Amino acid sequence: MSKNGSHFKVLFRPKAETFRGGCGECQTSCQSACKTSCTVGNQSCER
Amino acid sequence: MVAQGRPPSPCVLCPVIRREGFIIFEVSRVIGDIHPFEVGGRRFLLSVTTGALVEVDEEAWDLVQRLKDGEDVAGHPCLAELAELVAEGVFSQGEEELWIRTAREARGRSVVKALCLNVAHSCNMRCRYCFAAEGTYRGERAVMSREVGRRAVDFLIEASGARRNLEIDFFGGEPLLNMAVVREVVDYARARGEETGKRFRFTLTTNGLLLDEETTRYLAENMDNVVLSLDGRPEVNDRMRPLPDGSGSYDRVVDRLLSLIRRRGDRSYYVRGTFTRHNLDFAADVLHLSSLGFKNISVEPAIGSGRDWSLREEDLPRVLREYEELAVEMASRGGDFEFFHFQIDLERGPCLGKRLKGCGAGTEYLAVTPAGELYPCHQFVGEAEFLLGDVFDGIHRMDLVRKFSDADLYQKRGCPDCPVRFYCGGGCYANAYARHGDITHPDELGCALHRRRVECALYLQAALRERG
Ligand code: SF4
Ligand code: SF4
Repeated sequence: MSKNGSHFKVLFRPKAETFRGGCGECQTSCQSACKTSCTVGNQSCER
Repeated sequence: MVAQGRPPSPCVLCPVIRREGFIIFEVSRVIGDIHPFEVGGRRFLLSVTTGALVEVDEEAWDLVQRLKDGEDVAGHPCLAELAELVAEGVFSQGEEELWIRTAREARGRSVVKALCLNVAHSCNMRCRYCFAAEGTYRGERAVMSREVGRRAVDFLIEASGARRNLEIDFFGGEPLLNMAVVREVVDYARARGEETGKRFRFTLTTNGLLLDEETTRYLAENMDNVVLSLDGRPEVNDRMRPLPDGSGSYDRVVDRLLSLIRRRGDRSYYVRGTFTRHNLDFAADVLHLSSLGFKNISVEPAIGSGRDWSLREEDLPRVLREYEELAVEMASRGGDFEFFHFQIDLERGPCLGKRLKGCGAGTEYLAVTPAGELYPCHQFVGEAEFLLGDVFDGIHRMDLVRKFSDADLYQKRGCPDCPVRFYCGGGCYANAYARHGDITHPDELGCALHRRRVECALYLQAALRERG
């Protein structure tokens, strides 16, 4: 890891607006993928 | 000024120590936001609220562990660097208060946007783990009429307010046992969509047994997504997914399912398996499905307890290890297929609504029985106390809808402190109810699995990004 003596390597940092946004038009239940007991809370924006 | 008569405290006098004290104070304030985890021999820190992902070496890992344990970290070689990341906002707890307010304001404001139509409470397989009791949901065998199907479309349009994009999911039992109504609903929804400006997206879940040439063509052309049930290796599949005569179903369905996805070209699908305690080595089943040519794979733990196949507490270490091995294998293959639970989109979402609420069961998503009764989702069908109303007269249990609407992650037991809460939204109401009789008390076993899946997903993202 320690590139240039660094102990931490930031791999990803979301843009704040990505994290906040949301139009509410998307699918949120597990119906169209796993069908049981998982939400689609990890999935991307569809629109 | 130093108080008279007392020896001066060295840290008050020494700027270096004073500065270090300030740094320790600052990083300690956000240590609750840092979730350290290891996958595939690599160590990461997830910022729970900002979503930032940081890889660390052994020394930095040690610092974080010591901070978490409340130990003295003065003089630690990584302290200044961590402080810099905190100052830059990579780790921070700043915005969660605002989000809690957002969640509170959103309560009671949702509209229905998706319906699961149980077009057939009947099935041509006898899967041993079926939560729907061979498709009947512990009731009589039944199929939905055209009238109920059409009325369900009208209900969805009426209940969807200004929402433009609506979803209809054909489910069962086995929906291919009632294809006439599937077609009728698709045609009717499209026609009503034209009139009302609504856009419908259709999904159908099937075991594939009745996929003949004509049905395959229809589903390839008309469904936006299909979910195809198959558990993995032939012996694993056949043990839990027998036909009514007890024989295995693998050989009867696998070519039909493959032919459907080939016909679909680029259109979405999932092959969806279930694992039980009989195949805790389920990564082998995922890889088997991939070797058959399936590219979008979802393999889920079976729901239920007290059966020979149900997962038990003692299986947990094995299952968590299996997820990790699967993630490492997928990374080494360069991500040549998708595993539903390891899909995480770091760039484009999920949006705050999903992060706070997760699935929309009981509010945005409802299930409809063949008779037209409404339930909070497909897994609640047949639970009398969750009957919300019907598609003819609408919802008469607004108290229940409100209960689901209020149950965002801040109302659920354990969720406000959970490190993956913004990649979960509070978990599955049905599982919570099945385990604890309370939709706001998540199933701890499911949570442990979900946490590990999120960690594996983040690891996989990191590994795949490196490969470009
Ligand atoms: S994993 Fe469990 S505790 Fe964590 S947010 Fe999801 S439901 Fe809540
Ligand atoms: S409550 Fe569970 S089963 Fe029902 S839609 Fe939500 S995640 Fe799926």
